Amino acid sequence: MKYSIFSLARNARSYHERWPLAWRSPAPKPRYDAIIVGGGGHGLATAYYLAKEHGIANVAVLEKGWLGGGNTGRNTTIVRSNYHLDPNAHFYELSLKLWEKLSQDLNFNVMYSARGVLNLVHSPADLDAAMRRGNAMRLNGIDAKFVTRDEIARSIPNLDCSADARFPIMGGLLQPRGGTVRHDAVAWGYARAADARGVDIIQQCAVTGIRIDNGAIAGVETTQGFIATNKLGLAVAGHSSHLAAMAGLKLPIESHVLQAMVSEPVKPVLDTVVTSGAVHFYISQSDKGELVMGGDLDFYNSYAQRGNLPIIEHVVSACLALFPSFGRLKLMRTWGGIMDMTMDGSPIIARLPVKGLYMTGGWCYGGFKATPASGFCLAHTIARDEPHPLNAAFTLERFASGRTIDEKGAGPYAWAH
Amino acid sequence: MQRCRLPMGGVVDRSQSVPFEFDGVSYEGYAGDTLASALLANGVHLVARSFKYHRPRGIVCAGVDEPNALVQLGRGARSEPNVRATTQELYAGLRAASQNRWPSLSFDVGAINDAMSRFIPAGFYYKTFMWPPSPKWWLRYEHVIRRVAGMGVTASLPDPDSYEHQYAHCDVLVIGAGPAGLAAARSAAHAGARVIVCDENPMLGGGLYGAAATIGDTTASAWLQATTRELAAHDNVTLLPRTTAFGCYDGNLIGLIERVAGHPPEAAATGSSDSARQDGPVSNWMPRERLWKVRARSVVLATGAHERGIAYANNDLPGTMLAGALRTYIDRYAVRPGTRAVVFANNDQAYAAAFSLQRAGIEVAAIVDPRGGAALDGALPLAARDNVIPILARSVITGAHGRLHVTAVDVAPLAGGVGRRIECDLVALSGGWNPAVHLFSQARGKLRYDEALATFVPDHCPAAMTVAGAANGSADLSTALHEGHAAGIAAAAQVGFAATASLQTPEAAPVASGAPLALWSTAPVVEGAKRFVDWQNDVTVDDVALAAREGYSSVEHLKRYTTLGMGTDQGKISNVVGLALLAGELERPIASVGTTTFRPPYTPVTLGAFPGHDAGPHVEPSRFSSIHDWHVAHGARFVNAGLWKRPHSYPRKGESADDAALREARNVRTNVGIVDVSTLGKIELQGGDVAEFLNRVYINRWDTLQVGRCRYGVMLRDDGIVLDDGTTSRLASSHYLLTTTTVNAVRILQYLESLLQTEWPELDVCVTSVTEQWSAAALAGPRARDVLAKIVDLDVSNAAFPFLAVARCQVRTATGPVEARVFRMSYSGELAYEIHVPAHKGRAMWNAAIAAGADCGIMAYGTEAMSTLRIEKGHIVVGAEADGRTTAHDLGLGELVSRAKPCIGQRLAGRPALNSTDRWQLVGLTTLGDPMPRAAKIVADPDRAAPNPMLGHVTSWCRSPNLDAWIALALLENGRARHGQTLWAVSPLASVRVQVRVVPPCFIDPEGERLRG
Amino acid sequence: MLLIPCPWCGPRSQIEFTYGGDATVRRPALDAPEDEWARYVYVRDNPMGPHDEWWTHSSGCRQWFVVRRDTRTHEILGANRP
Repeated sequence: MKYSIFSLARNARSYHERWPLAWRSPAPKPRYDAIIVGGGGHGLATAYYLAKEHGIANVAVLEKGWLGGGNTGRNTTIVRSNYHLDPNAHFYELSLKLWEKLSQDLNFNVMYSARGVLNLVHSPADLDAAMRRGNAMRLNGIDAKFVTRDEIARSIPNLDCSADARFPIMGGLLQPRGGTVRHDAVAWGYARAADARGVDIIQQCAVTGIRIDNGAIAGVETTQGFIATNKLGLAVAGHSSHLAAMAGLKLPIESHVLQAMVSEPVKPVLDTVVTSGAVHFYISQSDKGELVMGGDLDFYNSYAQRGNLPIIEHVVSACLALFPSFGRLKLMRTWGGIMDMTMDGSPIIARLPVKGLYMTGGWCYGGFKATPASGFCLAHTIARDEPHPLNAAFTLERFASGRTIDEKGAGPYAWAH
Repeated sequence: MQRCRLPMGGVVDRSQSVPFEFDGVSYEGYAGDTLASALLANGVHLVARSFKYHRPRGIVCAGVDEPNALVQLGRGARSEPNVRATTQELYAGLRAASQNRWPSLSFDVGAINDAMSRFIPAGFYYKTFMWPPSPKWWLRYEHVIRRVAGMGVTASLPDPDSYEHQYAHCDVLVIGAGPAGLAAARSAAHAGARVIVCDENPMLGGGLYGAAATIGDTTASAWLQATTRELAAHDNVTLLPRTTAFGCYDGNLIGLIERVAGHPPEAAATGSSDSARQDGPVSNWMPRERLWKVRARSVVLATGAHERGIAYANNDLPGTMLAGALRTYIDRYAVRPGTRAVVFANNDQAYAAAFSLQRAGIEVAAIVDPRGGAALDGALPLAARDNVIPILARSVITGAHGRLHVTAVDVAPLAGGVGRRIECDLVALSGGWNPAVHLFSQARGKLRYDEALATFVPDHCPAAMTVAGAANGSADLSTALHEGHAAGIAAAAQVGFAATASLQTPEAAPVASGAPLALWSTAPVVEGAKRFVDWQNDVTVDDVALAAREGYSSVEHLKRYTTLGMGTDQGKISNVVGLALLAGELERPIASVGTTTFRPPYTPVTLGAFPGHDAGPHVEPSRFSSIHDWHVAHGARFVNAGLWKRPHSYPRKGESADDAALREARNVRTNVGIVDVSTLGKIELQGGDVAEFLNRVYINRWDTLQVGRCRYGVMLRDDGIVLDDGTTSRLASSHYLLTTTTVNAVRILQYLESLLQTEWPELDVCVTSVTEQWSAAALAGPRARDVLAKIVDLDVSNAAFPFLAVARCQVRTATGPVEARVFRMSYSGELAYEIHVPAHKGRAMWNAAIAAGADCGIMAYGTEAMSTLRIEKGHIVVGAEADGRTTAHDLGLGELVSRAKPCIGQRLAGRPALNSTDRWQLVGLTTLGDPMPRAAKIVADPDRAAPNPMLGHVTSWCRSPNLDAWIALALLENGRARHGQTLWAVSPLASVRVQVRVVPPCFIDPEGERLRG
Repeated sequence: MLLIPCPWCGPRSQIEFTYGGDATVRRPALDAPEDEWARYVYVRDNPMGPHDEWWTHSSGCRQWFVVRRDTRTHEILGANRP
């Protein structure tokens, strides 16, 4: 059933008792043309694009828990393509273009809100770096503009733009088309659309082993039995190393905990996404009214999906340093996810060194905004057994060869990105 | 005047009348009231409109579990949204307003949503708002949605109050001071443990208030008073009322938030009603709240339980309260909230509310109980029958009537059939109890669904934590006391404390109870009538059914799809009802559906409490050189360099900062300048193997460095990329001083230490940071020697003290001679010296140099001029040219790499990809007279459409006063092969494009004659 | 918050320490072949479970040591001098 105001009105008459299932819960078939491990945004998007772009619908997405329950359900919802280095710029720009049409593509309102992403600048060095990045964006055909401190003070009156702030604001780089997307809707929208095209989404199905015959993928052992396939895509974010190890591979990835938090809901008080490199902080206001905030990693390997107080103190301190009038609002909820950090801060969307094995992972802080492009490119890589031009640079081999893609120049330290 | 106040009883202080205002109407309450109890005492039930449907709402609970009664409190800078009336202590002059309604509570236009509710079920926004298909349209819809969403309003001024942090260690932390908690604290303290007891309420006791029970041979109230006194008198017990344990973190670190001076929040003493004038902090420097970080070796969780509701049609009408809350208002606050009540309960404990109602003179029209038979043979139902309270067994409420307040309920048999209407103005609702297992779950405790108790109880907890009392599922007072007593002993024993003499367990008579009957909802008589599960977010039984119908069948999907449990109450009274209904829809056992994840904070915590005093200017420390005051006095404009404040330039009257920098840079090359370089990292290395160590970390050789000489060095990361640069000096045979860039100082020290401790412990090298121990200034310019000669006792002739020499000497200052180290090295490319003195003598040294330079035209210069000078010389800077992606070869430093010995990074630096000709290499750029654009990218054809291939970018640029030209350093693809080429430097952000010429990256004195003169 | 057992100073709060990553990978000899260096620099086990990792007591004794910590639960299983 197509979602629309008309179907909503029609169903209202029958007390909403006739809405169909958004997706089926089928039992796994013995064999599929492709299996995607991971029922988050990336995995579901991959399955969707395999069916939509490549006509490969005999696909299963295997999810060990409930779909969208990993980082897709935990992030701070920011989308943007304001990257400096060419491979990232073009990739994330594809993603943003897909975001712009995604609600219509999926017939599911993902609430892409182009409210702008503003990177604040606090020092001459910050200013140079931001403008360099903005100039690269513009030369790559991506929207960027520099906004002065006075313009910021006018459009975001709650921000402390005074000269005696600890990190005075000098201006900012704005990507007007950046903004937010409703994260839950992404998982559900891709799931429903993939399912409608015949993809089997199998929840509560954990992969326990990968079977390889003569150096090629033969299938996966799961908690619901063995399922055969010759094309296996891993889209498991923080669990990438765990799955790769089942195929005898090790990755340049460390899994770290990243926390995020929300305030209680309040009337609109912030209409832009604001980030600051000086205090390592990002904030936006959800449509329910909560202030959604995040900052750095906790800085130790973790699969626990929870972190500790010190980083919460840092994030909230940063928030109040920028927005002093938020001090009497209350923190309502904090949580954590598992971030797959790579040794250069950029993702791996590639064929792996086992025939028929592919992955998308190593997303660091960029995972949610990458969802459509990641799915699109991984689907291409799986279908054609070679990368799409936009993920050609994100190979596993680039680390050893030295062709790393290091936006921050932070070096081969997973937690530094 | 408080028309619903009982003349006697309760803990309110009738001698202190407390005036307050709600929605512009003045009322009075008593000291000891909460805002909610005071409103009820004045007959005010309607306090809110619900979030989505804008239905009239009243007070439901008496504590932190309240979903409806959220108010905007205070004015001006102290205005605070979403304050729970049920926990806000009343104070004189309190001003509160209802939220999210217009124009008023009793007439709210938002109520049209209620009429339209069929069109806006759970998740409706996922199904629509997709047309017209442009992102602009969603922004328009969103604009309206956002204004309708949200609850209270944020203040528009900074919070004037302060918040404190407090660390504490204890042997046993008891969370909750009800009967179980008090018993535990008592027995743990008796065993000799250091005990901290915290409770979110202003007074300890929990459920003991108004309890008609006896403990031992005294009343519960007397036992409470005696126990509190006993604990307060104990040396090793700390009592923390008004303190909520909000989070359980690794290592048994528990976060507590104490409300210190926040009641009253406004400076009531000033008597000022002018919201603009906020006169300083309340009461004598006290913080508003205190964040405790308690490292507890063992924890006793005695957090009690939250009552939950039952979802029947219109169960949200004002006058509908949870039974325990109603009891609290009657017994603790001496309020009579109605005249005729119906109790609807599936468990025995709720019957106590009926007795409280009777004692308050409220007629109990009926107790409606879905149970029958032996289940009603417990002590409380028997007592109800003794008190002639009608019990309608095997019956349920199927709906309530009323508009702004409940006027009647429909009661029908559980099995179905004709019902009857009972008039009432009060409903006491109880669907059972949920142990407050939030902290338990945060500590990774596992829960178990107990079918008999129809609730989730703690099952297994890995941390050093014991659960006692109602939090364990044990609602009975006698059990709570026993469990608490045992838990205190166990917790103390766990960390090595045992009492020598035994302590008597407090005893209460056990109360025989019938089993509860799980009941989550009742069928409505009218289809589509709303049966609320989550009051705050307006989630109904039908929403849960819809979610299940559409396949959102995980409890986490249910939560996110319907927003059940996502409000400020985080679903304390609604989550379990919701998941039980979901289980019913899916025809699965409740245990298999499970709960959503419990996350901190248990109740919302003020943002200001997290930074504490590290707020505003103290959010990060600021670091200053010891010469800072001189800079301030001479008009310096400051910039951040990491955490340091450094002078950017010293603008004179009428001069811009940029003009000042030009003047300063020009002066360095014509006369002499002095710059404060104290912030540079300085690391001392001593030992017999220092040279070998330096050989391994730097690309160049150090075993050839003589005593009394220094050398520029570059360090690589393990992956071959440039990490840092600096100058290292050999002060004595086994004594070296290494400098790093300002921002990398901490990191490099840590790196060197890790190498020495973990990689090469066999090397005889000690390292230590001396960044803060030495102040440093650089004298640079053709007249630098003249100035230096006047202030040091050293032969500074070129022969005696050549380029790259290092010496110890004394500096003559106004306060006497000062030991110093002088280094002849140059960042500016001029004749230059760095003078290092002990940090506290920095100012004296600086003054001496300034005085000595007076007739040489000395000027102080800042980081901007310093940058200009080094750009003119082509000196790279870590962070600009060495941007974390460049190799030594890229930067033209390839010749510095010694072939005679290996170093860290060398192997991977040799990879083909790091040596290919298309790499971006360091070059210089000049313009034809146009200003160099900031942060420009370099392209061949500025008119080419996007994507326009970028050949490189400007890394540093300046107006060179010494060349009277615009110059830049840049990284350019195959740059060294392009000298002489003309390209374009473009900045689309500034709409600027400029032609540039590629030149070698050194604009002044490439032979270095000025350096060596 | 993590209570890190410094082998010299005893258990201290995590805010006194800086994390140093996987302790099971060791730098090869400076002149070892490229692939050994690449493995050291880039490849990690990243285990779900006990993890041997470096910490340094940066606000205390400034010593580096190895902690064994379970990355699923954050439980600290032990600490050793290098």
